[in-house]
Amino acid sequence: MNKSTFIIKRLLACFITLFTLSFVIFSLLFLAPGDPARNLVGTRRVTDELLEQIRAQHHLDEPFLAQYSRWLRGAVNFDFGRSIRTNMDIIDHVAPHAGVTFQLVGISLVFSICLAVPLGIFAAKNKGKKIDRVINIMALVGSSAPGFAVGLILLYFFAFRLRLFPMYGASGIDSLILPAITLSISMGAFIVKLTRQAMLNEISSDYTVFMRARAVLPHKILDAQLKNASSPILTSTGLLLAGLFGSTVLVETIFSIPGLGSLLTSAVTFRDVPVVQFIALALAVIICLASAFTDIIVYLLNPNVHQSSKSKQGGL
Amino acid sequence: MKYIKKIHHLPVSIILSGLFLIIISLWVIIPNIIVPNALAQNLANSNLPAGSPGHILGTDVLGRDVLSMLIAGSRSALTGPIAIASGSFIIGLLLGSIAGWYGGFIDRVISAYADLTLSMPSMLLAIVAAGIIGGGYWVSVAVMIILYSPFDIRLVRSAVIVQKSKPYIESALILKIKTLRILSRHIFPNIAMLVMVNFFLNIAFGLVSMSSLSFLGLGVGPGEADWGRLLADGRQVLFTAPAQAVGAGILIILSAVAINLIGNFAMEKGDFDES
Repeated sequence: MNKSTFIIKRLLACFITLFTLSFVIFSLLFLAPGDPARNLVGTRRVTDELLEQIRAQHHLDEPFLAQYSRWLRGAVNFDFGRSIRTNMDIIDHVAPHAGVTFQLVGISLVFSICLAVPLGIFAAKNKGKKIDRVINIMALVGSSAPGFAVGLILLYFFAFRLRLFPMYGASGIDSLILPAITLSISMGAFIVKLTRQAMLNEISSDYTVFMRARAVLPHKILDAQLKNASSPILTSTGLLLAGLFGSTVLVETIFSIPGLGSLLTSAVTFRDVPVVQFIALALAVIICLASAFTDIIVYLLNPNVHQSSKSKQGGL
Repeated sequence: MKYIKKIHHLPVSIILSGLFLIIISLWVIIPNIIVPNALAQNLANSNLPAGSPGHILGTDVLGRDVLSMLIAGSRSALTGPIAIASGSFIIGLLLGSIAGWYGGFIDRVISAYADLTLSMPSMLLAIVAAGIIGGGYWVSVAVMIILYSPFDIRLVRSAVIVQKSKPYIESALILKIKTLRILSRHIFPNIAMLVMVNFFLNIAFGLVSMSSLSFLGLGVGPGEADWGRLLADGRQVLFTAPAQAVGAGILIILSAVAINLIGNFAMEKGDFDES
C-alpha cells in the first residue's frame, strides 16, 4: 500500500464514522419521546396553531429522512441551523463555549505528556525495582479512578480546604489549573503505562543488545529506543484524546466551567436537537481527525511499523 | 489450609482489594439487613454534621443517615455495571466466536461493525443517548452494552483465531466433531480465563460510566441512593457537609481501583496468548 492510498483510506474511514454517528444521533433525537416544540414554549399555554407554526419553522413536521437530508445538506455548507432554545445561529451559540474547553483540553494534554512520558521511560529503565512498582500502582490508580470523582475530591481539599485554587468558574487560566490536573491524572496514567510498555519492548529488542555489545554510547542507544517507541505512544495518545473529550464533559460540570460539556448536557436535557447534533459531531470530528492524523504521521515516519502497531491496538 | 497458605504469597494490595470487594458485595447483596431503613427521612434530624452520635457521617437535608445511604447506594451503583459486563460478555462471546471461527465475509461484517462502534466517542454518545431516550437506569445499561461489546467481540475473536490454528483443534476437526461442540467443549475452556478476567475488568469500566451518567442526572432520579447521584446531590453542599459527596467519590474510586488491581494481577499471572 503506498502513501496516498493509505491516507485516503484512513480519511475515508473517518468520514464513514462521522456519517454513521450523525445518523445515529439524529435518529435517537427523532425517536426520543417528548415534543421539542412543546419544550420550546415551556409551561406557557399555547394554541395548536402556534405549535404547528413552530414545528414548521424548525421543519419538525417533515418525515425523518427529509429532516436528516436537510440537515446533512446544510452541514456540508457549514450551515447547521439555529438553536431551538435561543433561536441563535448554532455557530454563534456554541463558539463562546468552545474556547474554554479547548484551553482545558490543551493544557491537560501538555501537562500529561510532559509528566507521563518521562515517568514511563524512568519506570521502564528501573523495571522490577521499588520505584517501578510505585509508578505502576500510581498509574493503575490514576487510570481507573473516574475524573469527576477525583475532581470533586481535589476541589474539596485543594480549593476549599487549602485555598490554593479558585473554587468555581472560568475566571482566567488559574481557574483551569485544577480541572486540568484532574483530566491529566487519568490521561497521564494511561500514557505512563503505554510509554513504559513501549520502552520495555525496545529495551529487550535485538538491536539494543547489539548496540550495547558494540559499546555504543548510552545516550545514543536511548535516542534510538525513543525514536522507535514514539510511534506506539503517539498512536495511543491520539486514541486517548477521545477519552479526554468524554471526561471533559463531566469535569466541566464538577468545576462549573461554562464550556462545551456543560452546554452539551443542558442541550441534551432541553432536547435542543441542532445544538446536541452540532456539539457531538464537532467533538467527534476533532477526535476522528486527531486519530487519523496521528496514524498518518506514524505511517509516514515508518511505513513498516504500521501493521504491527495496528494489531497491538486490537488487544487494547 | 492450602488456600490460606496461598493467600500469604499474594501482594498486600491484592488482599486489601479482595477484602474491600467482599465488603462491597455484602452491601450489594443484603443492604436491607445491614441498613434496614437507609432512606428513612427524619426532618427533626436534618443536616447533622459528621460525627454526630448515631450518625457517623451526619445526615442530609431530609435527615437521612449519610453512611446508610452510601451503603444502600452500592446496589444501584454495581448491579448496572454487572449487567453491562454480562451483556457485553454474551454478545462478545457469540459474535466474537462466529467471526473468529468462520472468518471470511461474516468476519468482515462483524469486524466492521466492531471497528465502527469503537471509533465513536463512547462517553459522548452514551450521554446523548441516555439523556435523549430518557428511559432511566436500564436504558443506560442497554446503551452501555452496545458501546462496550465491540471490545469483547475483538477479544474473543482474536483468542478464537489463536486457538483455531492449534493441533488439538485440527484433530477435533478430523474426528468430524460438530462446530458447536468444538467451540463449547474445546475452545471455550481455553479462552475462559481470559474472558472471565475481561468480564471482571468490564465491571470497573461499567461502574465508572454508569456513575458518570447518574452523576449527570441521567439514569437515576433525584434523591435515589446511587453513588453517582449521591455525589451529584452532595456537591451542592460540598463546602458545608462534605461527607456525602466525598464519601461517594472515595467509594467509586476505591471500587474501581480494587477491581482493576485484581483484574490486572490475574491478567499478568494468567499469561494469556492473545496476539
